Amino acid sequence: MLNVSIYRYNPEVDSEPYMQDFEFDTQGKDVMVLDVLEKLKIEDPTLVFRRSCREGVCGSDGMNISGKNGLACVTPLSEAVKKGKLVIRPLPGLPVIRDLVIDMSQFYAQYEKIQPYMINNTPAPAIERLQSQEERAKLDGLYECILCACCSTACPSFWWNPDKFIGPSGLLQAYRFLADSRDTATEARLANLDDPFSVFRCHGIMNCVQVCPKGLNPTKAIGHIRDMLVRTAT
Amino acid sequence: MVTTVTSLGRSGLSDWLIARVSAYVMSAYLIFIVGYLMLTPELNYADWAALNSSLPMRMFSLLTILSIAAHAWIGMWCVLTDYVTVRLIGPKATALRIIFQLGMIAITLLYVIWAIDILWGI
Repeated sequence: MLNVSIYRYNPEVDSEPYMQDFEFDTQGKDVMVLDVLEKLKIEDPTLVFRRSCREGVCGSDGMNISGKNGLACVTPLSEAVKKGKLVIRPLPGLPVIRDLVIDMSQFYAQYEKIQPYMINNTPAPAIERLQSQEERAKLDGLYECILCACCSTACPSFWWNPDKFIGPSGLLQAYRFLADSRDTATEARLANLDDPFSVFRCHGIMNCVQVCPKGLNPTKAIGHIRDMLVRTAT
Repeated sequence: MVTTVTSLGRSGLSDWLIARVSAYVMSAYLIFIVGYLMLTPELNYADWAALNSSLPMRMFSLLTILSIAAHAWIGMWCVLTDYVTVRLIGPKATALRIIFQLGMIAITLLYVIWAIDILWGI
């Protein structure tokens, strides 16, 4: 039997959060953490968590699994169980709504700040704006982000200043549009980032890279943004 | 864009660049001093005073002191804006942070003036 310890908090009932222990029979199978939660929810229907696609595409079930942020649906028990125990908490740094569900408003507010859409005021061509294969290749490793918030909520700079520091996820997306040959707002985008908080609160500790369930590298993207700022401002 | 008035260069890029350049200056000074001490096993007061009263060495020392001051200013500003915030310790944080920041800036500048007095007083 696997011992599972889960963070519980229902603000309507509980005065403070607590950890609840469950027993789970794995039947010798290396199932995903989400499978464990689904089974436990049948046992205790008051357990609350977000989930949708259950295959690492929607980014709904980001949570802190045995100390490391990740998606429950693509994290097998063989990776998650430490010293015979599975400990599940909500993503750290953002307010908890209930159990494993967090309020992601601050995360989305930062995403909104970087204007995550193509800006191009030149007349639209008849069919589409073309890119060379090389130009398109620059977006690899950037467009795959699913906004699960595992990276930003693993970042101490985001914990301390979630209202001012854009965070690894938002900055990865910022670079996705800075690197896009079809976007013409590069100068304005960079001007919005040149303050001591938005980009430069990143101290390169690379927690984001360590936890990203899609294997992306926000620290590298932040480095590219810095390079672009240095090139335009010096 | 987040505005700031107590950071050293007012811009993130400027602070970032100053922190990097000042780190190189401090490293060069440390390597030079350690190298000098290792290559001069029988160091006496006359040699040490002669080294430190030469103009190039005074300039190098002053540059290093300014680098330490700038590096400390940027670093302390980051620490204070991380931990002394309304979000972490409540509404009194803003006044407290301004007091700490101005105190830190005053102490840093006083150390620089004191260091200049020492360097040119040898």
